[in-house]
Amino acid sequence: MAEVTKSRALLSEGLQTQGESGLYRCVNCGFCLNQCPTYIELGLETESPRGRLSLMKAMSEGRLELTKGVIGHLGLCLQCRACEAVCPSGVPFGRLMETARAGIVQHQPGSLGTRLVRSIVFQGLLPHPRRLALLATLLRFYQRSGLGWAMERTQVLRLLSPRLARMNEILPPLPGKPFSTDSRIVPSLGNKAQRKVAFFSGCVMSMIYAEVNEATLRVLSKNGCEVVVPREQVCCGALHVHSGERDIAKNMARRNIDAFMGAEIDTVVVNSAGCGALLKEYGVLLEDDPLYAHKARHFAGMVKDVTELLTPLPLEPGLGEIKKRVTYQDPCHLAHAQRISQEPRQILKSIPGIELVEMEDASLCCGAAGIYSITQSELSTRLLERKVRNIAATGVEVVVAPNPGCMLQLRLGLKRAGLNVRVAHLVELLDEAYARSTPTYPLKI
Amino acid sequence: MEKQRLVRELVAIVGSKWVISNPEDLLVFEYDGSVSRGLPDVVALPSTVDEVSKIMRLAHQEGIPVVPRGSGTGLSGGSVPESGGIVLAFTRMNHILEIDPVNRLAVVEPGVVNIDLTSATSKYSLHYVPDPSSQRACTIGGNVAENAGGPHCLAYGVTTNHVLGTEVVLANGDVVWLGGKTCKPGYDLTGIIVGSEGTLGVVTKIIVRLMPDPESIETLLAIFKEMDKAASAVSAIIARGIIPAALEMMDRLTIQAVEPAIHAGYPAEAGAVLLIEVEGLKEEVAEQANDIEGICSAEGAMEVRRAKNALEKERLWAGRKNAIGAIGRLSPNYYLLDGVVPRTKLVEVMRKMADTGQRFGFQICNVFHAGDGNIHPNILFNTQVHGETQRVLQAGAEILKACVDAGGTITGEHGVGLEKREYMPWIFSDEDLEAMVRLRVAFTHGAPLNPGKIFPPRKARNE
Ligand SMILES: Cc1cc2nc3c(=O)[nH]c(=O)nc-3n(C[C@H](O)[C@H](O)[C@H](O)COP(=O)(O)OP(=O)(O)OC[C@H]3O[C@@H](n4cnc5c(N)ncnc54)[C@H](O)[C@@H]3O)c2cc1C
Repeated sequence: MAEVTKSRALLSEGLQTQGESGLYRCVNCGFCLNQCPTYIELGLETESPRGRLSLMKAMSEGRLELTKGVIGHLGLCLQCRACEAVCPSGVPFGRLMETARAGIVQHQPGSLGTRLVRSIVFQGLLPHPRRLALLATLLRFYQRSGLGWAMERTQVLRLLSPRLARMNEILPPLPGKPFSTDSRIVPSLGNKAQRKVAFFSGCVMSMIYAEVNEATLRVLSKNGCEVVVPREQVCCGALHVHSGERDIAKNMARRNIDAFMGAEIDTVVVNSAGCGALLKEYGVLLEDDPLYAHKARHFAGMVKDVTELLTPLPLEPGLGEIKKRVTYQDPCHLAHAQRISQEPRQILKSIPGIELVEMEDASLCCGAAGIYSITQSELSTRLLERKVRNIAATGVEVVVAPNPGCMLQLRLGLKRAGLNVRVAHLVELLDEAYARSTPTYPLKI
Repeated sequence: MEKQRLVRELVAIVGSKWVISNPEDLLVFEYDGSVSRGLPDVVALPSTVDEVSKIMRLAHQEGIPVVPRGSGTGLSGGSVPESGGIVLAFTRMNHILEIDPVNRLAVVEPGVVNIDLTSATSKYSLHYVPDPSSQRACTIGGNVAENAGGPHCLAYGVTTNHVLGTEVVLANGDVVWLGGKTCKPGYDLTGIIVGSEGTLGVVTKIIVRLMPDPESIETLLAIFKEMDKAASAVSAIIARGIIPAALEMMDRLTIQAVEPAIHAGYPAEAGAVLLIEVEGLKEEVAEQANDIEGICSAEGAMEVRRAKNALEKERLWAGRKNAIGAIGRLSPNYYLLDGVVPRTKLVEVMRKMADTGQRFGFQICNVFHAGDGNIHPNILFNTQVHGETQRVLQAGAEILKACVDAGGTITGEHGVGLEKREYMPWIFSDEDLEAMVRLRVAFTHGAPLNPGKIFPPRKARNE
């Protein structure tokens, strides 16, 4: 019991330090309500940003215990930060929710099984690129052996564990080789003034969409960037932060800062929206670390999403025609957390032949939200189905979503609905457009 | 009735998913956008008129208070269940039932969010005029109950001018239609329901008027060094016989809150800005815009800007529509007032207000619908500081009294609710209030429908 009280105190302390500048900025105006996917879907104030903030306030004031019910409401939040983007009072909702989640992890560590899985994934796996690569190879072997297909067909996995079954279903065919961060330096091949940038590869992107990373290097190189890929980089820690594992995330942030600060660069380019959002917040994550606070702020200031980097430059000419109807899904952590939504659309429109058709609620979360699709599969599925309906209504052939989590989720939804719509990253289309018209465009670099 | 039984009965009506009774969940229904707080005993979320009627009948039999609730953005405590009971939340009744572009009307359920109606009618080049700044969040039901206004109500009137009829569930569960698609003889009961703050009946359907989108719109931002000059420009524009579609003012402190948050393009060095919109036929609009620009310059504007395109217009408006929320950045709490003064007394009342602020030691921001003299002084304070809530209410009362003394009133659009019920005798005689209470009794037979609202507690006891 003493433990419980202590953790609760910890939770409210965490919330209180955010207090004046954070929690109490909320004036209950309700502007967030109809931007929140869980409120839109469920229609309950308890599942709204304003409701969640009131629960946090009540806890921080000692009026409310951290009950199972409260944990449920906070756990249902996607952390998509759509609320934060529209909040006129500037409530740092994402940060508050992360603080609350961290408190919950300490207060209610969960069952032995859950703890084990968490510790394997968050500590044993994600921070170690080599182990991740090994896992990717094993998974690929599993897929090629036909076992994956058999599992899906026979429903055996579903009986064993619905979560595993879902993961099996989500996973697309894995690349032959995961993307490797091998300290390579890709020269600039563009005509434009050179700039030196470093590439942050992202663990999910590297494992599952290695080809997107290669395409990113080619497009950057074509657009006048000399790109280095620092070898010592690790997972950004976003999944950790969102799940309340702040301390592990801080360690990873320090490692990344060390890995990148060695290189002589002025920009860190990233093509995963989720990673980019956290990398830009390293300054806040490490603000209490006397050794790293300054470096972290400097690092954060250098981070740019690839679409952000490419937009102010008019794109290097040589884009061939891609005659396709395309729609754009705003990744939450690009549109809401980084407030980037016009840039990717501008790039899409600049590719000859592409017709951009906007879908309804393009900036509403697709339900991927990191590991949400696995931990909260029911609501995740509802959001996904809504998204797939909106995509279908546009009649497009391609949906672009520059973030691996969204790409996986959309692919799953479209597959289930039997729709023949390709899911692509923005740079893949750019890469293809260059390849179409420039014979010398490097296919391998 | 004991709570468990009440919950069981409600579950039988709307289903267990839509009855909320856990103490921790009820906590998120204790507030609206004001400073009032009160916990309900239970929350029910009906989806049909029939369910609403059954709930009302049950509450009536058992004498349980019922408090209707839209989105809880109200600014006078209207949906705060001061004496507990059932909160009836209309979130699920959010369907647009009919859009009739030929007759220019729509039939909606009360939980429809204001902006969603205009989005849905835009394909017919029609829109729903009342556009409270909270339009992305608040419901049409809440708008009807509060007779909500908005920047564009200056030329076209507030909610009551746009509601043709309502389906109402009375306190005893009876379902009645008041008004309708065509003009009805007899009493204008729709007019009584609009602005009744949920105390006469529960609105379950609303027939609203739609307006055609104007051919042309001009949005101007007039920048002034001082508030006084901006205020006299307002009077001058109206005196010239121009009725702009919107005429909004923001003061220095508000601009300082809005700019960093919204980047609307309001200059930091301004003492006040006027946001003015004219709309109508192309030639007419161009002429009015020129006139307004001339008047503002003559009244000492530092600069008058015009939105060059839709994006610029949207940006100028984003500043205004987010202004109140943005003030949340300046201090942990605010107390937003809603007084009305004759336009000619604006400057005088603003001076008194500044004086009150100084004496109490509070900062006050001002955002308001200058065109119709509806002022929104916003007092910054902190509930966590002992005694400050009490003092802020005192300061607020003093400012509203100044409005009344100048020939104005205590609310323009946010309603009386809990917050201003004690001030009703400033405006109404005992007999006036008595007449209103009798009307209420005619509707409710004394049932506790949204009890405690509008009337000073002393008066309400006479029911
Ligand atoms: C930032 C901000 C800006 C605002 N700007 C404006 C503005 O420009 N103009 C303006 O007029 N108001 C404004 N408001 C106030 C508020 O948004 C309006 O009063 C709005 O009409 C309330 O709608 P709601 O759905 O939130 O209702 P609630 O706050 O939930 O309820 C308001 C009242 O309506 C009653 N009610 C709700 N539904 C029903 C129903 N179906 N039947 C009967 N009674 C019902 C409730 O009992 C309560 O008395 C603003 C509020 C905020 C927070």
